[in-house]
Amino acid sequence: MGWIGETVDSIKSLQIRQVLTQAVSLGMIVTSALIIWKALMCVTGSESPVVVVLSGSMEPGFKRGDILFLHMSKDPIRAGEIVVFNVDGREIPIVHRVIKVHERQDTGEVDVLTKGDNNYGDDRLLYAHGQLWLQRHHIMGRAVGFLPYVGWVTIIMTEKPIIKYILIGALGLLVITSKD
Amino acid sequence: MHSFGFRANALLTFSVTILALLCAIASLSDNLNSPSPSAQVQVLNINWFQKQPNGNDEVSMTLNISADLQSLFTWNTKQVFVFLAAEYETPKNSLNQISLWDGIIPSKEHARFSIHTSNKYRLIDQGSNFRGKEFNLTLHWHVMPKTGKMFADKIVIPGYRLPKEYR
Repeated sequence: MGWIGETVDSIKSLQIRQVLTQAVSLGMIVTSALIIWKALMCVTGSESPVVVVLSGSMEPGFKRGDILFLHMSKDPIRAGEIVVFNVDGREIPIVHRVIKVHERQDTGEVDVLTKGDNNYGDDRLLYAHGQLWLQRHHIMGRAVGFLPYVGWVTIIMTEKPIIKYILIGALGLLVITSKD
Repeated sequence: MHSFGFRANALLTFSVTILALLCAIASLSDNLNSPSPSAQVQVLNINWFQKQPNGNDEVSMTLNISADLQSLFTWNTKQVFVFLAAEYETPKNSLNQISLWDGIIPSKEHARFSIHTSNKYRLIDQGSNFRGKEFNLTLHWHVMPKTGKMFADKIVIPGYRLPKEYR
């Protein structure tokens, strides 16, 4: 009897241990992803170091689903740079090119006008009502690097949430059922 | 250990790693190219030159831009975005940059060009400083890669001057 009880106990403890290990490894995956994201935020100085292009306004340079790496440094903003900016009253940031810059002599503040390469006119129609220029605080970062197609993953996931849930469910199932 | 799932996982990880490595190498290989572009810009005519009712000066001009940017193209180049900007200093602003013309060069064959155009975007000052103003015309280009790092450079062509009177 004592021998059987011992075996049962060892199986029980093994299962608990296994469940714990899996919980820890799942936690490791989530936290390491978070660490990488936050580290990127520190290095690039931008609140969102990677953005996905959502519209075709910068074609043929950037297509929908491409990924841009942003950098926000102290360097002044100059014409020709591709910046990501937020307009008051709009949720989604816009990626467009700077076509006009006026930098103040005394304060160093800038007035910036942007335009999408594929758009006919400049962006004054997209800005808040009556806004003629973007200021420094509207700008989240400038694009420094480029990776094609990868952003489709997030576009598909935001537009078809069911796929996201299936993917998360399948991954979770894999983690729980895996024996090693 | 040798289940289908594990093998699929290993294969996927390996292929993604190789792909990322290839992209990085393609981007790094751009550094081996040392381009030698050239550009000439002429202001052919001042079409009109006036003060807007709100007090800002505006000028319209006809330009001739010729450039040879063929050496910018490498195997990792998707396109080159090129634009001509007027750059000048005023008592109020330490730098004014106004794009006058821009274009997208899709391939090396189109990288040697000569065009005759009036300014595509309006050349308007913040204030009224244009009479007799000396300014630079700068040809900027931004190279967009197929993947990886973008880079940019410019040629500054100094020594243009606007007329002393409105016309």
